[in-house]
Amino acid sequence: MNMVNVTIDGIKVQVPENSTVLEAARIAKVDIPTLCYLKDINEIGACRMCVVDVGARSLQAACVYPVSEGLNVKTNTKEIRDARRITLELILSSHDRNCLQCVRNKSCELQSLADNLNIREIRYMGTEEKKKPLDDFSASIVRDPNKCILCRRCVSMCKNVQTVAVIDTMERGYKTIVSPAFEKSLSEVACVNCGQCINVCPVGALSEKGEVAKVWEALANPDLHVIVQTAPAVRAAIGEEFGLPIGTRATKNMVASLKKLGFDKVFDTNTAADLTIMEEGTELIHRIQEGGKLPLITSCSPGWIKFCEHNFPELLDNLSTCKSPHQMFGAILKSYYADKMGIDPSKIFVVSVMPCTAKKFESERPEMNVNGLKDVDAVITTRELATMIKEAGINFNEVSDEHFDDPMGDATGAGVIFGATGGVMEAAIRTAYRLLEGEELEDVNICEARGLDGIKEFTVKLPNTGIELKAAVAHGLGNARKLMEKVRSGEADYHFIEVMACPGGCVNGGGQPIQPASVRNCIDLRAERAKAIYEEDEASVLRRSHENPTIQKLYAEFLGQPCGEKSHHLLHTHYVKRDLYPTED
Amino acid sequence: MSKCGCTCSDAKEKQLQEIIEKYKNTEGALIPVLHEAQEVYGYLPLSVQSKIAEGLNVPLAEVYGVVTFYTQFSLYPKGAYKIQVCLGTACYVKGAALVLNELQKELGIEVGKCTEDGKFSLDACRCIGACGLAPVIMINDDVYGRLKPEDVKGIIQKYKDMTE
Repeated sequence: MNMVNVTIDGIKVQVPENSTVLEAARIAKVDIPTLCYLKDINEIGACRMCVVDVGARSLQAACVYPVSEGLNVKTNTKEIRDARRITLELILSSHDRNCLQCVRNKSCELQSLADNLNIREIRYMGTEEKKKPLDDFSASIVRDPNKCILCRRCVSMCKNVQTVAVIDTMERGYKTIVSPAFEKSLSEVACVNCGQCINVCPVGALSEKGEVAKVWEALANPDLHVIVQTAPAVRAAIGEEFGLPIGTRATKNMVASLKKLGFDKVFDTNTAADLTIMEEGTELIHRIQEGGKLPLITSCSPGWIKFCEHNFPELLDNLSTCKSPHQMFGAILKSYYADKMGIDPSKIFVVSVMPCTAKKFESERPEMNVNGLKDVDAVITTRELATMIKEAGINFNEVSDEHFDDPMGDATGAGVIFGATGGVMEAAIRTAYRLLEGEELEDVNICEARGLDGIKEFTVKLPNTGIELKAAVAHGLGNARKLMEKVRSGEADYHFIEVMACPGGCVNGGGQPIQPASVRNCIDLRAERAKAIYEEDEASVLRRSHENPTIQKLYAEFLGQPCGEKSHHLLHTHYVKRDLYPTED
Repeated sequence: MSKCGCTCSDAKEKQLQEIIEKYKNTEGALIPVLHEAQEVYGYLPLSVQSKIAEGLNVPLAEVYGVVTFYTQFSLYPKGAYKIQVCLGTACYVKGAALVLNELQKELGIEVGKCTEDGKFSLDACRCIGACGLAPVIMINDDVYGRLKPEDVKGIIQKYKDMTE
């Protein structure tokens, strides 16, 4: 790589010739404020917060200005500070500055910037445009255009990374707004509820549809038996909300906090992930042996499911009919568990803590019920659980309890890796091998499935049956789209495909703790959080789903066999074709 | 919606498909397609934008973003009498905004919209080059200059009478 010499605030550095001034400044350890910039996702020089003096006629945006040999950059002059201040004051002048009640209070990048730039007054009046309506019709995502600062990070995430592309910038000038076409609600367009837009929003313009009040209500109701279950990825990230380093495995603190919040039972969705593997693994084998529709595609990610329903309706028969793990768990809790414990299922209230906003929509799907009762009554995100813990005054870092409750408390390492891209595939292979070959897979670490390549393809050889299982894993919907186009055209001939809607899988889900651009620009959250997940798998005594004693008992006492009649009724579902474009009014 | 009453929707759809087909593999074809589609339909409703989005493989949100960015694209049908109010500098300082307000009041519609009976549509436009007559409006090809808000009622009445 060719290097060039540049000087930044008097510091001489050598940087790669294709760097921007912002990247060069980072090498020189000079901090330039940014707002719209998000590495690899949004590099458009729109907000003008990062302006610097490069000796040109006017100040230039460091995030897009390319370096050249001998470039001399100043980042801290009165002219620059004044320009940044004016820009920021103008942004603030038309921002809904209701900071105290804002969901992003203390985690807002605009707020931090105003503090860092010592903004103590705003000299400009906002426009007289009337307040724009709040879009809270979606089951998962709330959009507040009054807080939007038009940075376009969400647009780029939705359009370029996820290829969902349901939001964009509309109108022009003062009237500019980020919204779906024809000012439709997110609930009326092909939004898949992945929530990646929320994670990149620097302010409170995008947030999850809150359900904390509903959960407090249930906890206060003495007639209800309130059960909480936590998805694998939650433990890998919730510590961040309490100042723990990114990638800390906080399972024990989380379990203890949930018990302190007053839930009657604290269960692990990993248990249901093991159940999912039994069902999905069996489904895969049936399809291979009986000439069913292949490839079989996983159905754990509700963002992916809705994406498929809108964009690839011809592939709906390829989707596994398995409900996602937390829905399966809800159905089992309101049938088997209720029966076993002698509790009226209508008095059971199931709360799912998920790294995901799409799970909120999923739990509202009419087909997600057991004998007329919703499988899951409330879905809260990792962030929402953190707010409950804070509200209750629980000292998260000081409490510790390693045990999920009986009688549904066992989970294997195969269940926990559901939280990272490739994990469902890896867990399924561990069990499918046993089911097909009649013996255990010796090395359970299937490293081809792990890691952050957009699409991972590999073959597993099954010596006894002579099958060569062709597998593919995609994470992030842009990658999923590429893979599905190959499946649709017949170019790909896989047996089994895993798709997770979010880049990196659930560890980087739309309901996970939000890290500001300053962190995201330097640290790959997906990799760090996945480490915690694989750590927990390594630490597990049992690492194959079919070894889980709770699951073995469940089949022996209640379900009979995987994909049997009871399973079909409780644990499987169906999908619907959805339009890609909204209809008139 | 439009009271056009004709049965030409199939013919229009066919034309639209031909336009899309013509530009299908051309990079950056969205704006010319929108122009030609608007010539066919007179405006760009959701159904037309959806077909363009699908045909060119461009997200609908992007199509709508472009349509609402440029003032020459319209989301609403145009009337039999298209009223254009010049908001160029000369007209503006001579009180065009007052004339425009009066027109909105008289017709009961906002700028960019069309009356329910399909007779009048109201748009603001850039300088039409008749600054000496400021403020100026055009109704189809007729030009009216040196207007005062109180002139509006009579002018509109003239067109109402014409069609009856």
